[in-house]
Amino acid sequence: MDSVKIALTVNGRRHEREVEPRRLLSDFLREDLRLTGTHLACEHGVCGSCTILMNGQTARSCLTFAVMADGAEITTIEGLGSVENMHPLQAAFWEKHGLQCGFCTPGMLMSALELLRENPDASSEEIHQALAGNLCRCTGYQTIVEAVEAAAETMRGAER
Amino acid sequence: MKPAPFDYVRADSVEGALSALAEQPEARVLAGGQSLIAMMNLRLLKPGCLIDINRLSELDYIRAEGDELAIGALTRHTAAATSPLVAEHCPLMTAAYGHIANRAVRNRGTVGGNLCHADPASENPAVAIASGATLVLTSLDGERRIAAEDFFLSLYETAAEQNELLTEIRIPKAPANQGWSFQEVSTRKGDFALVGVAATLDCPNGTCSDARVVAVGVGERAERLGAAETAIKGAVVDEAGLAAAAAAARDAVDPPSDFHADSEFRRDLVFTLTRRALGEAHGRCGKGG
Ligand SMILES: Cc1cc2nc3c(=O)[nH]c(=O)nc-3n(C[C@H](O)[C@H](O)[C@H](O)COP(=O)(O)OP(=O)(O)OC[C@H]3O[C@@H](n4cnc5c(N)ncnc54)[C@H](O)[C@@H]3O)c2cc1C
Ligand code: FES
Ligand code: FES
Repeated sequence: MDSVKIALTVNGRRHEREVEPRRLLSDFLREDLRLTGTHLACEHGVCGSCTILMNGQTARSCLTFAVMADGAEITTIEGLGSVENMHPLQAAFWEKHGLQCGFCTPGMLMSALELLRENPDASSEEIHQALAGNLCRCTGYQTIVEAVEAAAETMRGAER
Repeated sequence: MKPAPFDYVRADSVEGALSALAEQPEARVLAGGQSLIAMMNLRLLKPGCLIDINRLSELDYIRAEGDELAIGALTRHTAAATSPLVAEHCPLMTAAYGHIANRAVRNRGTVGGNLCHADPASENPAVAIASGATLVLTSLDGERRIAAEDFFLSLYETAAEQNELLTEIRIPKAPANQGWSFQEVSTRKGDFALVGVAATLDCPNGTCSDARVVAVGVGERAERLGAAETAIKGAVVDEAGLAAAAAAARDAVDPPSDFHADSEFRRDLVFTLTRRALGEAHGRCGKGG
């Protein structure tokens, strides 16, 4: 049960810490690094609210031990944009009412980010599928899908 | 909700992982963690030691070798789902991935971990059995090979011993003329199957010469439905032939009832999905994969 030394990059900043092997990456981010934008609901993989990017790909931070992220590059919602400088996805969620309580939003955004990076022209059906692992108890999903469609349009425009 | 404490060993070679497993009778392998960590968070499991195999890149590959497809146990679901080699030589697996989990889980979860977890509603055990796969188990004593059909024993239980690592999945390349299909009903896209049916079908001249039908979500493990196979073999694959095979499949299972579906509904699903799977497989016969 000895602590293990890990070094990882989170939102471009390098961190070195000692962690117990059972420390979940989600708790490491929220409690050790105080990055509380990553939300935790079910803590067993079903809701998606804890979704982060690990080496550029989405992962459930509640199903990852911090020791497994040794050497990894992590992006959390805090790395996506700021209030002053919102990512097109964040701006679109605001515009289109893609959130109500906002609990699911960080995970939604990370999943949508991976989708639009790989498939900038994602159809409504593809957006539905890509977000099927992220649960929302408030919105009924319609506005979330519209927000991702709107963000995709902005992001396509920005590339031209 | 936190897992109980455990000792952590990060393996940097297959030999290292095997020695650690042999030394620690309480140890479990940690692959993607997408089933294991969930169970530990719920404290359904409290292993005293975890051997982390995530750095064993030598177990992360997909290769065509002779007449077989070889998949390293640490291959992530995402890699297998999008692999052109898998699509060419085991299209049944590619089809099954249309139903397996969500992207974030697929990015981390592994083919080997998925098979070793042996969830009775999991798709890949059916793929492995239907395509006649062989699993390679390695321990300090050497290597042994076991047919997928003999690997899945019961709920979360396989023929792998505590000191064995699943290292490779070997799948005979699907014959070019063979048809295949994976049909599933689940409550949401990416959820475990209420019922899933994998089928392969050979039909050289209108009459079925060989078939495999495997169902998941119908019992304690993926079940090969021999009665349905017997019913379709030698038969003309038309509406009547499909219905007869589907009825045989339905009569061969005695699925559990749970919150999501009762036994009767699951048996109906077995009928419908078997008919659809064999029908779709038949439509693909002779089309060269
Ligand atoms: C929300 C969600 C939805 C999911 N939906 C599906 C679904 O629809 N279908 C489906 O099939 N699965 C689904 N899964 C499970 C997923 O496929 C897991 O990836 C898989 O079951 C386990 O793979 P893993 O690599 O994460 O293994 P782990 O969780 O690390 O390990 C699982 C078990 O296998 C053992 N093990 C792992 N690798 C080896 C090895 N090489 N040799 C010996 N033992 C080993 C471990 O000790 C452990 O007992 C879902 C999971 C989640 C969280
Ligand atoms: S908190 Fe991680 S998936 Fe629900
Ligand atoms: S906005 Fe409340 S859970 Fe999605």
